[in-house]
Amino acid sequence: MATYIIRRLLLVPVLLFGVTILIFGMLQFLTPVERSALYVREIPKNERQINSIILRYGLDQPLYVQYWRWLTGTKDQLTGERNGGILFGDFGWSRTGSQPVANLIRTRFPNTLDLTLWALGPVILVGIWLGVQAAVHHNGFIDQAGRMFSIIGTSFPTFVFGLLVLMIFYANLQWFPPGRLSTAMTVVVRAASFKSYTSLLTIDSLLNGRFDVFIDALRHMILPILTLSYLSWAVFLRVTRSSMLETLRQEYVTTARAKGLPERDVIYKHARPNAMIPVITLAGFTVVGLMGGVVITETVFDYPGIGKAAAEAAQQLDVITVLGFALFNGFILIIANLVVDILYAVIDPRVRLS
Amino acid sequence: MAQTAPTGDNTLLTEAIPMRKIGRLERFLGPENHRVLVGLFKTPASIVGFSLILFFVVVALAAPWIAPPINPNDPYRIPRDGFRSVPQPMGSEWKVRQPPLPFWWEPIMGTDQWVHLFGTSEGQYDVFYGVVWGVRTAFKTGMIVVISTFLIGITVGSVSAYYGGAVDNFIMRIVDVFLTLPFILAALIMAAVLTPKIGRSLVPSILALITFGWMGYARIIRGDILSTKERDYVMAARVIGVKDSRILFRHILPNAIFPTLVLASLAIGDVVLGFAALSFLGVGTEVGYADWGQVLSFARNWIISLDQYWYIVVWPGLTLVLFVMGWNLLGDALRDILDPRMRGKS
Repeated sequence: MATYIIRRLLLVPVLLFGVTILIFGMLQFLTPVERSALYVREIPKNERQINSIILRYGLDQPLYVQYWRWLTGTKDQLTGERNGGILFGDFGWSRTGSQPVANLIRTRFPNTLDLTLWALGPVILVGIWLGVQAAVHHNGFIDQAGRMFSIIGTSFPTFVFGLLVLMIFYANLQWFPPGRLSTAMTVVVRAASFKSYTSLLTIDSLLNGRFDVFIDALRHMILPILTLSYLSWAVFLRVTRSSMLETLRQEYVTTARAKGLPERDVIYKHARPNAMIPVITLAGFTVVGLMGGVVITETVFDYPGIGKAAAEAAQQLDVITVLGFALFNGFILIIANLVVDILYAVIDPRVRLS
Repeated sequence: MAQTAPTGDNTLLTEAIPMRKIGRLERFLGPENHRVLVGLFKTPASIVGFSLILFFVVVALAAPWIAPPINPNDPYRIPRDGFRSVPQPMGSEWKVRQPPLPFWWEPIMGTDQWVHLFGTSEGQYDVFYGVVWGVRTAFKTGMIVVISTFLIGITVGSVSAYYGGAVDNFIMRIVDVFLTLPFILAALIMAAVLTPKIGRSLVPSILALITFGWMGYARIIRGDILSTKERDYVMAARVIGVKDSRILFRHILPNAIFPTLVLASLAIGDVVLGFAALSFLGVGTEVGYADWGQVLSFARNWIISLDQYWYIVVWPGLTLVLFVMGWNLLGDALRDILDPRMRGKS
């Protein structure tokens, strides 16, 4: 297993390098004036300013020089102040957000994390439950219904699903509004007495003892959670079902039945734990998938996370901002994938012992 | 113990293997590929899928007769009935700049007043027109993207698999890098980067979907080639000194390509979904272009009153869902047929 983990760890710098190259490559589609937002706030207006910025930040230098500057930033000769440098967390200036891209990410990301963490539980538990039921009642009602559900589910684009649930649960029933918080609760959160411990709103509200804020936040999150989860349910159902069917055919399951164990024990104690191995990997990738899925979901539900910010910036063609989000997302996903792969090796005896 | 002497009588054997007539198609495709193709036309799910797709093909071909455009040279611009923002209900009369009446309207309804069958969206865009011509946009973008990604994918995948070793390793790491970013986010950036260069049209989104869409095919074809490569006939070709490119394109690829080809042909649904998502998010096509994501995005400002204006979401949404579902039903049937455990059954 050690060699596997070492090999997997060695892949990380390769991927990091690749992603930065990919995004740097996309940057080359921009004019030097647009790229100047990596280093300065003001849009250069006249010829002279443009030329001085190009000269100062080396926007006309060979690509490898520019790549290095983009990674490490430039130091001002006089003040020693550093400008740019994605390795130092400076992703440039967001002209649509009127603040540094890194700031934008810092304020928006906790909201996204809050949403995905809350979505994860229902996704995994419901998905696994459905899958096990479908396998145990193979070709029975639940199996067929699950199959229908997974076909219909995968055919429903998230934004159509999102608009439909908004139509039903917000416009018609007025149960779950879009957005992050209702106005009254926003006032509470903005007040000085509300302390921010983790910047995850649901946890902070509990730590502050404000259950009304907590409930309100959840109320706003239920529809996005549903929208993020139904697709994953379909995937979980499919994987759990096939893994479970495979396991139920194994000889030790027959042995367990032959020695007279109740069917409940056979299924839940003997078969299910072993059927969970591929499902656990999937759970890891679901975290990753949820992070990707937030772009559309947050836009539909007007939820102020990084997905919505990225979509808004893209709509206004503020490429520097979008690329900043992409870099951030890429870094997070590389780490998340690494964790999933290593966990997989730890869990699966076939990988662990080889 | 009595010994059975060989009699030369093969009746048992011939009974066990009944002579089956092998058609020309089966001879051409090979038994395994033929089974897949026949299976696709026998499963109920895939028949429903085929019917849905057939329906959309008919709508796409007949679009000029179902919803005649004002300007036949520029049919993808959704006609507007004025500029007010409040959506008009279904069946309301067409007041300003009425497009030509479709031929089937008067005999059925007995009036020559063309109406907004599915209502109008924000800005008085006719939803019915957008939905009908959106079918053409969907097929067009779907086909371009699928064919391009397929070609890129098989080229990259086959080069990677055929040369193996360091080349394979290098190419597969590039694939990994392209797979790191979530698909929609990556396509969104690419489209946003390209739009100022190319201008608002179908092209930026199509290019974005192609750039981040080929990796799956590369991986699949690579796996299939790796197993085909070990066959004796490849060795034989190499022994008699056939050139690398000829071995790859004449001997290996034709024998390995079928699963990828089928998967690619069913990917149109997913591509159309991705394209619609991009235009829903507001990158790519110009406002008022007949495509489903665009029509749906008109609803974004009316979420609070969707109970009243449900038709601006339901009709384009339903069309998109049915379109994608047609391809998914086919794909689902295909997955069952390609499942190795099903092999040998018909």
